[in-house]
Amino acid sequence: MKEIFYVSAALLAAAAVYVVYIYNLLVRKKANADNGWSQIDVQLKRRFDLIPNLVDTVKAYAAHEREIFERVTALRTASLRAMTVEEAAPLQNRLSGALKSLLAVSENYPELKANQNFLALQEELASTENKIAFARQYYNDSVKEYNIAISVFPNNLLSARLGYGPRPLWAVEDASERNAQSVSFG
Amino acid sequence: MASFNKLIDHNKRLSAILFIVMALLFGLFGASAGEWWGGDWLSGLLTALGVAAVYFLITWRFGASMILASSGAREISHGEAPQLWNVVEELAIAGGLPMPKVYIIDDAAMNAFATGRNPQTASVAITRGLLEKLNREELQGVMAHEMSHVRNYDIRFAMLMAVMVGSIVLLADLVRRGMIYGAFRKAKGGGRGTAQAKAVLALLAAVLSIVAPLLATIIQLAVSRQREYLADASAVELTRNPAGLISALKKLSADPTELRGASKGMQHLYIVNPFLKKKKGKDSLFSTHPSLESRIQRLESLTGANS
Repeated sequence: MKEIFYVSAALLAAAAVYVVYIYNLLVRKKANADNGWSQIDVQLKRRFDLIPNLVDTVKAYAAHEREIFERVTALRTASLRAMTVEEAAPLQNRLSGALKSLLAVSENYPELKANQNFLALQEELASTENKIAFARQYYNDSVKEYNIAISVFPNNLLSARLGYGPRPLWAVEDASERNAQSVSFG
Repeated sequence: MASFNKLIDHNKRLSAILFIVMALLFGLFGASAGEWWGGDWLSGLLTALGVAAVYFLITWRFGASMILASSGAREISHGEAPQLWNVVEELAIAGGLPMPKVYIIDDAAMNAFATGRNPQTASVAITRGLLEKLNREELQGVMAHEMSHVRNYDIRFAMLMAVMVGSIVLLADLVRRGMIYGAFRKAKGGGRGTAQAKAVLALLAAVLSIVAPLLATIIQLAVSRQREYLADASAVELTRNPAGLISALKKLSADPTELRGASKGMQHLYIVNPFLKKKKGKDSLFSTHPSLESRIQRLESLTGANS
């Protein structure tokens, strides 16, 4: 009788240790994914702040390229309202594309390209685009790890009950953009 | 990322094993030196450990700043070199690392290195010569290599290895000097162990004083070469763009200038060996870095696999 008691006590203790282990694992993976998301968020805000400056500088030299300015500004405003990853990702990807065209357009204006202020803004924007791409890479990697961690057995028995649901990846729109992880303008 | 983490884990395990081998070598050497000096093995071992501990504490606390100071590196902020700063920041984000301190070395030679105890205290430095000759993509490749040294804890390991090798060399020097100036005293009856064991240990001290520094250096260099390959591969894992680093390495291999202010003790920290720039060809037991040719070759095989 005594043996049964000891064995079951030991099993219970082992189970408790295992639950704690899984719980800590999930907390760590989730924190990692959250950190990845906040990195993206910081860089998106930074880009948001850079855009008016850039648009104004380009406008001073290339005022008649109105269509592209409007597209960039509209997407910038729209991006404010997108809160979740699923909403934000396609919008922000389109904004990246529009900014790329804006910089491509500015290639046609030699005076603009000689402007120190523009060159500095161009470097900051190129870097911010890279940072967004890298932050997205990091976020996606950590979300993949998190999603695996919550769905493998036996973690899946616990994860849902503890409120750890699957998280969405930040999708890249098409293959061509996936290859252009690091953009360098100019 | 999973396979990447596995690589880092493998790296840590290998480092631990090599570190233990080094520590054992050091301990054995210390114990035998104790017999050689006519004390007992335990006091020899303890002395050796004491020397290593002091050496370690100084390096741990001041190593990185000493290395930076002796190479003439100057810390910069975003305003001074925006592109360099941005590139490093991008890579810190890519690797999920804190932003390291960024240094510039005012020297025409082309080189770069990373140092520190861990990613939180890391510093990366680049010479002005290299910074000026690279385009953005190549700069990203080079800094990704350095950030990989940070991320893979190579900087900590390099520091620990330098301490071990340094202590062994110091001890060997002491023993050899002892031999020359006749400080060798006959082992007396006291102390621990049998007379035979003592004689063997004392003899071992003489042999180790010659072999140990060599052996320790070979281990250190072998690890260093392996880690260069690993840092190249992890750099590509960060940037997903081997072309930048390949092109930068090609530029580096064309540059014959040696870096002033670089010391022998820290040559393995640089992206390319600051000495022996002109020497090319096969890897040898005594080179800190694999040859640039074989590094470029490995990176190009990476590109081949991707496209």
